[in-house]
Amino acid sequence: MLSIKNLQVSVEEKPILKGLNLEVKPGEIHAIMGPNGSGKSTLAHVLSGREGYSVDSGSAHYKGLDLLDMAPEIRAREGMFLAFQYPIEIPGVNNTSFLKKALNEIRKHRGEEELDAIDFLGLIKQQMKLVEMKADLLKRPVNQGFSGGEKKRNEILQMAVLNPTLAILDETDSGLDIDALRIVAGGVNKLRSADNAFVVITHYQRLLDYIVPDFVHVLSDGQIIKSGTKELALELEERGYDWLIEKAESQV
Amino acid sequence: MIDESKKSTSNNDENIAMSDEQQTIQNITDQEYKYGFTTEIEMEEFPLGLNENIVRMISAKKNEPEFMTEWRLRAYRHWLKQTEPKWPKLDYPEVNFDDLYYYAAPKNENAPKSLDEVDPELLATFDKLGVPLEERELLAGVAVDAIIDSVSVATTFKDKLNELGIIFCPMSEAIQDHPDLVKKYLGTVVPYTDNFYATLNSAVFSDGSFVYIPPGVRCPMELSSYFRINAAKTGQFERTLIIADKGSYVSYLEGCTAPMRDENQLHAAIVELIALEDAEIKYSTVQNWYAGNKEGVGGIFNFVTKRGLCSGNNSKISWTQVETGSAITWKYPSCILKGDNSVGEFYSVALTNNYQQADTGTKMIHQGKNTRSLIISKGISAGKSNNAYRGLVKVNSKAENARNYSQCDSLLIGDQCGAHTYPYLEIENPTAQVEHEATTSKVSEDQIFYLNQRGISTEDAVGMIVSGYAREVFQQLPMEFAVEAQALMAVSLEGSVG
Ligand SMILES: Nc1ncnc2c1ncn2[C@@H]1O[C@H](COP(=O)(O)OP(=O)(O)OP(=O)(O)O)[C@@H](O)[C@H]1O
Ligand SMILES: [Mg+2]
Repeated sequence: MLSIKNLQVSVEEKPILKGLNLEVKPGEIHAIMGPNGSGKSTLAHVLSGREGYSVDSGSAHYKGLDLLDMAPEIRAREGMFLAFQYPIEIPGVNNTSFLKKALNEIRKHRGEEELDAIDFLGLIKQQMKLVEMKADLLKRPVNQGFSGGEKKRNEILQMAVLNPTLAILDETDSGLDIDALRIVAGGVNKLRSADNAFVVITHYQRLLDYIVPDFVHVLSDGQIIKSGTKELALELEERGYDWLIEKAESQV
Repeated sequence: MIDESKKSTSNNDENIAMSDEQQTIQNITDQEYKYGFTTEIEMEEFPLGLNENIVRMISAKKNEPEFMTEWRLRAYRHWLKQTEPKWPKLDYPEVNFDDLYYYAAPKNENAPKSLDEVDPELLATFDKLGVPLEERELLAGVAVDAIIDSVSVATTFKDKLNELGIIFCPMSEAIQDHPDLVKKYLGTVVPYTDNFYATLNSAVFSDGSFVYIPPGVRCPMELSSYFRINAAKTGQFERTLIIADKGSYVSYLEGCTAPMRDENQLHAAIVELIALEDAEIKYSTVQNWYAGNKEGVGGIFNFVTKRGLCSGNNSKISWTQVETGSAITWKYPSCILKGDNSVGEFYSVALTNNYQQADTGTKMIHQGKNTRSLIISKGISAGKSNNAYRGLVKVNSKAENARNYSQCDSLLIGDQCGAHTYPYLEIENPTAQVEHEATTSKVSEDQIFYLNQRGISTEDAVGMIVSGYAREVFQQLPMEFAVEAQALMAVSLEGSVG
């Protein structure tokens, strides 16, 4: 589903990703961990098409499509979803109409009929239960005045409504209380199927108790220096990253 | 040569849109309306330039009573003593007033002969706004001789309005049929001595709307100047007068969202509103005159004087405007709050793109006790445009307990445009409470990317962000108008990002 080969990315001449490889197959959940500033969000942004990054070499294919060649909205319509580490506020734009527009853009792209307001409300009410979100947040402008946790839940609500094929969750667990964490994870687990995949960026092994990954990768200084199964996350929790980084450096 | 034949089309430049409750009727009539126009495009021979003789000719042509001719002449003589104001933050070539036609101009030899000769971008815009094919030629200023005949729907509504005693007709007709009302109110809010452009308008005004709502009557429908076809030729010096008698209410819509071309580059309109005791007037405008091309060539110069007088106690006047067109806009819809407890409101979205320039705002003049005013101004600048808000809040010494709240926001798209805010305060009474807030923000790349990542194109994203920003103003517009206005925003901003 997602195939990243030797991806090298820089920002303003500064190399951030330095030859990253990753294969994600349908049905899989991959966790990406790693120290602050190692390039996790950069990876998420590059994959979803944010401007300001220069891809110096390597490739990224999604469902066989050359991802790096596609406009961000086309990637989204093809089923890629990024849950933002810092969700953006859009003053005055109603959360529901925004999400309806987004869903209908995706449906149009797939050649499906657009949902009218009534059908859409039906759908969204159902998905709201999944993330146990307060109904009044739907009437408010997108993320405006939302608490940190509410913003994260709103990301998961959007994910649930848009039902992506590949979802990248960038530290969706940061800033969530224990209950919210469980709810968000529950949402992911419900959406999980043999046809879709998740890339979960996190600092905490705690999330991985709820969302059990098939693979755990450690990203350090723009490269994946170690991949393993969920046990790796436990080990990282205990020992930190230094031992791995030292090991990686000694191998160079 | 003066063609003395009276135009047979004088009442078609008015049309009427219905309020929400009458949606069904509207749907039916809308269809009729789209095709139901009688228009005769005549060739008028009228000399270039302006002098007393021309003013007399205009008046004679309209069979005006003596008082009107005299009034026009007084205005003209006053105009001769005036010079064009230079204080607005606008930069435009000097207008040669001797090189203009002051009466329905003759056909322009340079007018496009068919849509094939029209700027393809303009045509694309018509497409996006869903302008019917048969209206495109007229809007684009194609020199057609087409006669689209059928009965005007306006007459149907007129009967209904007549039953209620509401007068809604072209100004030229009001001067003939209701001279007492015209004499009593014309120029009482905007005197002919008011300002350079108002004086010019008073001397040579072509036509416009006249509305009178009798005491206690709530006008059951939105009155609309949806001037689409005929009035396109008289748009240059429009003059509108609306009187809401005691305890009455009216909502009036001006303009249309389709971009309008006009051979006349200079526009100087006047709108006067008068609300008597307990009366309310709501006046909404969508202004989308041709703004010129991307390089800033062509486009209308729009110098408008709009003013409302809350003459009676407890009266209310509310202006809502969505300004996206014209190369130059100079416009300050204002309220004189004379009656005690009277209320003035001003809601504005002014969008400028490319090389457009807008200097717009409002004046709230508090004269009565407990008068209140509210100003919500949302400026949006994109491209290399300049957008200035200029607002005056004045509280006279006798206006006890006056209150004003002003919110003036600017939104910038890109970094080559400008936004300027000039709030003026003149407070002569210590009991006044005046609050002013101003913000400047930018459409951020983060916002656009966020929406992109949800499948929304950049163009739509900018449209959404801008509509969200201006939501408080759009909410004031009648539903249908609001939807059209938002679509218009998106189209006007096309290509301004990315
Ligand atoms: N626009 C930018 N300009 C300059 N440097 C940038 C820019 N964006 C990212 N960087 C740098 O790239 C590096 C990787 O940043 P990134 O946000 O991808 O880290 P991260 O792994 O997500 O960190 P965290 O765990 O703190 O979220 C950092 O050193 C950051 O400062
Ligand atoms: Mg990050």
